[in-house]
Amino acid sequence: MSANAYIAADSGTGETFVLNLGPQHPATHGVLRVKLTMDGEYIRRAEPVCGYIHRMHEKMGENRTWAQFLPNTSRIDYLSAMAYTQAYVARVERAARLAVPPRAEYIRVITCELNRISSHLVWFGAFLLDLGGFTPLLYAFDDREKILDLLEAITGSRLTYCYYRFGGLCNDVDKDFIEGSRAFVAHMRPRLELYRKLVTDNIILRKRLEGIGPISAQMCRRYGATGPVIRGSGVAYDVRKVEPYSAYPEFDFDIPVFKEGDCMARYLVRMEEIRQSLRIVEQALDRLPEGPVMAEKVPRTLKIPPGDYCFAVEAARGRFAVRLVSDGTDTPYRVKLRTPSFSNLSLFEEASRDMMLPDALALMGSLDLVIPDIDR
Amino acid sequence: MKLKEVATGFASLLVGLRVTLAQFFKPGVTVHYPHESLKMPPRYRGHIELVFDEETGKPACIACKLCEKACPSDCIAVEGVKPEGKGRKVVTEYRLDFTKCSLCAACVEACKSEAIRFSREYNLAGRSKEDFLMDLLARLEVEHPQLQREKPAPPAEKPEAKHHRGETGKEAAA
Amino acid sequence: MSLAEPIRLLLFLAGILGFVALNAAYLVWVERKGAGRFQRRPGPTEVGYAGLLQPLADGLKLLSKQLIVPPGADGVLFRLAPLMVMAPAMMCLAVIPFSETLVARDLNVGLVMVFAFGSINVLALLLGGWASRNKYAIISAARVVSQDVAYEIPMLLAVITVMMVTGTLNLGEIVQQQEGGCWRWNLFRLEANPLMPVTFLIFYICMLAETNRAPFDMAEAESELVAGAFTEYAGMGFGVFFMAEYANIAVGCCLAAVLFLGGWQSPIGVFPGLFWFLLKVYLLVFSVIWVRWTFPRTQFYGLLNLSWKILIPLSLFTLVLTSAAMKVW
Repeated sequence: MSANAYIAADSGTGETFVLNLGPQHPATHGVLRVKLTMDGEYIRRAEPVCGYIHRMHEKMGENRTWAQFLPNTSRIDYLSAMAYTQAYVARVERAARLAVPPRAEYIRVITCELNRISSHLVWFGAFLLDLGGFTPLLYAFDDREKILDLLEAITGSRLTYCYYRFGGLCNDVDKDFIEGSRAFVAHMRPRLELYRKLVTDNIILRKRLEGIGPISAQMCRRYGATGPVIRGSGVAYDVRKVEPYSAYPEFDFDIPVFKEGDCMARYLVRMEEIRQSLRIVEQALDRLPEGPVMAEKVPRTLKIPPGDYCFAVEAARGRFAVRLVSDGTDTPYRVKLRTPSFSNLSLFEEASRDMMLPDALALMGSLDLVIPDIDR
Repeated sequence: MKLKEVATGFASLLVGLRVTLAQFFKPGVTVHYPHESLKMPPRYRGHIELVFDEETGKPACIACKLCEKACPSDCIAVEGVKPEGKGRKVVTEYRLDFTKCSLCAACVEACKSEAIRFSREYNLAGRSKEDFLMDLLARLEVEHPQLQREKPAPPAEKPEAKHHRGETGKEAAA
Repeated sequence: MSLAEPIRLLLFLAGILGFVALNAAYLVWVERKGAGRFQRRPGPTEVGYAGLLQPLADGLKLLSKQLIVPPGADGVLFRLAPLMVMAPAMMCLAVIPFSETLVARDLNVGLVMVFAFGSINVLALLLGGWASRNKYAIISAARVVSQDVAYEIPMLLAVITVMMVTGTLNLGEIVQQQEGGCWRWNLFRLEANPLMPVTFLIFYICMLAETNRAPFDMAEAESELVAGAFTEYAGMGFGVFFMAEYANIAVGCCLAAVLFLGGWQSPIGVFPGLFWFLLKVYLLVFSVIWVRWTFPRTQFYGLLNLSWKILIPLSLFTLVLTSAAMKVW
């Protein structure tokens, strides 16, 4: 349906104006431009314009050796860096037939899940900031500091970890990390209670989110939206269960699914996911095997037999898939990154029709977009 | 609007107020930088620095250029010279362009002589880009004044700056 | 007329101006420190001891900026709006009794005067938005007006309830009726109005909405539509709006203290005075800050729904209940 037809359909005065939710804006989490055609308070058409932070990761992939591309993987979606590195590393390992020791797989799961929790905490704080509640952001960041401190102690970085290597990990974890992670799990569960009392049960928030921005499962399928977006619309799709990888089959965890498809459902999916991630971390810490963290005989300059390789993981935002095309040399021929935020954003145009602007922004916040993830 | 809904809604507001009031009386969680600061963990990744070999009185680096090749961002420039009679090369110049470094540890892991490690510097601030084009040998000299720098080799035909992006050199040199 | 009266008026004028200025400046400090404590961080600490000179630094910064009048804006109205926002706060304070003897003008219709001047505040925001000649300022100003009008009604209904109970519009007399101890305060006068605490709550919520404080600050904290009605104001023009918001909060809390909490009366019955009044006012201000940093913003239609569908019926109900109770007893 063309924009003009929609504008003429039902409007007060029939006059519309174009409002630019510009690249610099407090409510878009990153540099995203959305051209809104508005009729008074209502959005008639929302056209996202991305590309303001295109950093050419895929092109860089063609010019770097397999190992030199590792820092890039952390920077595609910096909040969920571990999962992205996991996808790339796991596929290269499988192609090069490297056997990753079990201890390394478990530690990869632990760090991935801690990273997922920290990403959801950032989302939680930023989402509430959009809605006008300033305090939960700081509480969430306080919790996130604990995760960042743990990960800093083993990897050396707080945000863009370059921790996984082909064949395992760059270095092992120590006792402090294990005890610290256990302490964190024990600390986080009551904090989730605090968030429930302060935020989730709050009538003002419920009025802002319940029934707002409904997205049906069909719409998700049409646009390829994954992650909490599709799980908030009733479809139990999680790559960790559908296409298990790493050590995930050994752990017992649930996939939270809510049927309503509104902003509240997506919110609840993410809060529940934090709880499930804590379960996974706990189980992994209890059963952490001893042993080396690096495979034996990893060639210094890795070469992969020519071919087409794919791998998908469940990142914090949805399904992240990497497609590597190798021509037998030590640099990839092509690295294709299928990022979840790109697909999640593409349903914004259809979902935000005839919504009021603050509601549309609540919808965008609930999609959990990280703009560098869209533009790569 | 049902009365019960209004009542539970109002009650949820009071619960929220109690939560924030409880947090009001708890101590602050911030570190008052720059009056106080944190201690960096041992594995913290600051920019790299050269390791000083106490026995030989020289940096442990043998200018093999493995780090230069491993770096994805081309930040490292190493030059060395082979002194008379000795087997190993000695580094004469080690420059790090920290504006491009992504702290990925490729260089540290590539080094076979354990000659570079991460420092724990985070207090870096400068007024120009040149402040971050680091001369690591000069930094080493500051800490170890007994270091004697080798003189660099006489300038030979300098090859074109090569991008070390794999052997096939797709999109490589200039 | 002797010389004492003009001197007294001048002293009061200076006092009120000083009180408003001090509040406008230092309530910002209280808010920032309070916000910091709720969020477990220190708040401003660098400028002066514990950041006490921070408002001065902010004021100096705003003063040093150029006062821009956008081209095409209505020059007179644009410059008038900040003044019109600040003036009502000062005028309302002329009738508020700070203590038994400290009142600038003890008017018999003091309560009416406070509300008459309070409404000018809304007009000033509308003028400011209109005169800016900016799409977003106009939209935001329109929202502010509809919000404020919607919340004036339950506020006035609640105040009429109190007036029926006390039988007078004179603020000084209202406070004097509440002497004794805290059980004699209007808040607990349940024999005249069994739902008096509810009336206080309605008044409090309406006060939050009238001063555009969170959770009702859709119009000004519009991270969606730039900055609301003050978009085009630079430097001290914005500073005056900002200070006026805090001055209005102070006035609203003074009024709540006078009407419901006994003004300068002490809760234990002895040693009444200015101290108690200020204590009550600042406890209320603290609660306003507390509410702001706890809750997210309401949706605009939620805000209007709250007023028209909940607060107005509720306040009408309490009014009818009060008149019935007063008839019976």
